[in-house]
Amino acid sequence: MARESTLKNMVITLASITLVSSALLGGVYALTKSPIDMAKVAKINAAISKVVAEFDNNPSSEKFAKEMGGKSYTVYPARMGDELVGYAIESFTTGGFGGRIVLMVGFNSDGTINNTAVLSHAETPGLGDKMVEGKSDFSVQFQGKNPEDFKLLVKKDGGDVDAITASTITSRAFCEAVEAAWEVYKLCNEENIKKEVQDE
Amino acid sequence: MSKLNILTKGILKENPVFVLLLGMCPTLGTTTSAINGLGMGLATTFVLMLSNVVISAIAGFVPAKVRIPSYIVVIASFVTILQFVMQAYTPGLYETLGLFIPLIVVNCIVLGRAEAFASKNSISDSFMDGVGIGLGFTAALTVLGLVRELLGSASAFGVKFIEGDGILVFVLAPGAFIALGYLLVLFNKLKTKIK
Amino acid sequence: MEYILIIISAVFVNNILLSQFLGVCPFLGVSNKVSTAAGMAGAVTFVMSVATLVTYLLQNYVLIPLGIEFMQTVAFILVIAALVQMVEIILKKVSPSLYQALGIFLPLITTNCAVLGVAIIVVSKEFAFGGDPQMLNLAESVVFAIANALGFGLAMILFAGLREQLELANVPKPFKGMPIALITAGILALSFMGFAGLV
Repeated sequence: MARESTLKNMVITLASITLVSSALLGGVYALTKSPIDMAKVAKINAAISKVVAEFDNNPSSEKFAKEMGGKSYTVYPARMGDELVGYAIESFTTGGFGGRIVLMVGFNSDGTINNTAVLSHAETPGLGDKMVEGKSDFSVQFQGKNPEDFKLLVKKDGGDVDAITASTITSRAFCEAVEAAWEVYKLCNEENIKKEVQDE
Repeated sequence: MSKLNILTKGILKENPVFVLLLGMCPTLGTTTSAINGLGMGLATTFVLMLSNVVISAIAGFVPAKVRIPSYIVVIASFVTILQFVMQAYTPGLYETLGLFIPLIVVNCIVLGRAEAFASKNSISDSFMDGVGIGLGFTAALTVLGLVRELLGSASAFGVKFIEGDGILVFVLAPGAFIALGYLLVLFNKLKTKIK
Repeated sequence: MEYILIIISAVFVNNILLSQFLGVCPFLGVSNKVSTAAGMAGAVTFVMSVATLVTYLLQNYVLIPLGIEFMQTVAFILVIAALVQMVEIILKKVSPSLYQALGIFLPLITTNCAVLGVAIIVVSKEFAFGGDPQMLNLAESVVFAIANALGFGLAMILFAGLREQLELANVPKPFKGMPIALITAGILALSFMGFAGLV
């Protein structure tokens, strides 16, 4: 069935197969590039609209980066008309049981947490992944709380957060990420106040 | 062998997981739920089908000594296409299955079928073989996923019917080995009964 | 310190075989005897570290500058296949005794998903297990590859030891062979879960 192998036909065959394959892949890559980017933006947008109050701007197009403690966080401002209704802040921690956890935390303009959403994680199914909204009531307890008077630590560590049973590490990491988002929020808020003072 | 025979033998008689014990990595790694198993199975079927067809078409031109590298390039190309398509249209599933999607390239089932069947048979037979083996793989993964999900999270296809948690260990790594082990026992038992 | 963390994490906590399911085929296939398992582990260690080094350089100095990252899977698997072939030829010439020991395992390594898996993990941000999907630098990547290979070897040799004992046990007929091996592997994986949270 197969042909006799000579150096010439071996090289030609392999080269042509690789060429055809790279041309094909280049084509498919070009075709799927924009749907892939759109899918990524859609995921972020879905998370934003879940975590902040009603808005009518496009937070993704107004996003900016905020440095804090040597790490960079992405902030998505949400507006209704001219009024700022809150910020969605993409926060993360590497302290999870399975490593990195990325959260979207939404704050109202008065500093209360509106809602949280998990963007990506590698926590244990059935244990740590209960932090994902809908899988348990863990994430619900953050809604409407102001970190000024709601200590973002698990109860074991002297805070106000009920940890997920048997998943203290995940719960701690979650709190850490929300706390980081809160710090970023405060930075953004201070700048806003400064700006308002200057405007007047 | 008739076309129908080629199609059905992959599902039971030559089931890649339960009989041939091939492709163990994705079998164990992605079956935390029935849906994930189904998704992984269909993704593999897609690659298997197309690579079988192309390899059967080019087998006559490929010199014997570069056979394997050539087949691998064909398979890797289809896997990459699958990666792009999944990222664009099923990003959630792509994220869950993760590394196991690019690793379809080294799934012994795919290269095994290319070498053992597609390179020696007609294009249409190879297509049928790809679909049959693919569906057999999908069926095995879905069953294993379903068993692990039932025991581990007390739900089926994401639908919860008992309150509370399952036996957690079945969703975790050790449960994969143990569940597959017992499924094989069951499969062997049934096989000897039928005989 | 970083390196020690990478090693402990890869060998014990996120063992490539027992918790990530990469390389299960050789794990089940050639683990009948401790000596063959050790041979396989040696060959994998060698190929995995060299392959990771080469694919890391390929990704960062060829694919990314040329803007053809979409060729990643194709390029990596070709590199691994070529490398395995090369190792085989060199080994045959340089050290016939080592070739005798590892030779038969080498062709199997091309389709060992642990090798391709580790090569992909170190260069991609989207896939990560047991840690931060930050880009690893070259030295970290190679350490990561060696650590994973050691984890592979450890699991492989432990499992082969267990299977040697199993040979002597009176196992019910439907359990014979693969089923009891899988269940044993499950129990071994269970014991490795004790390392969870160590890092």
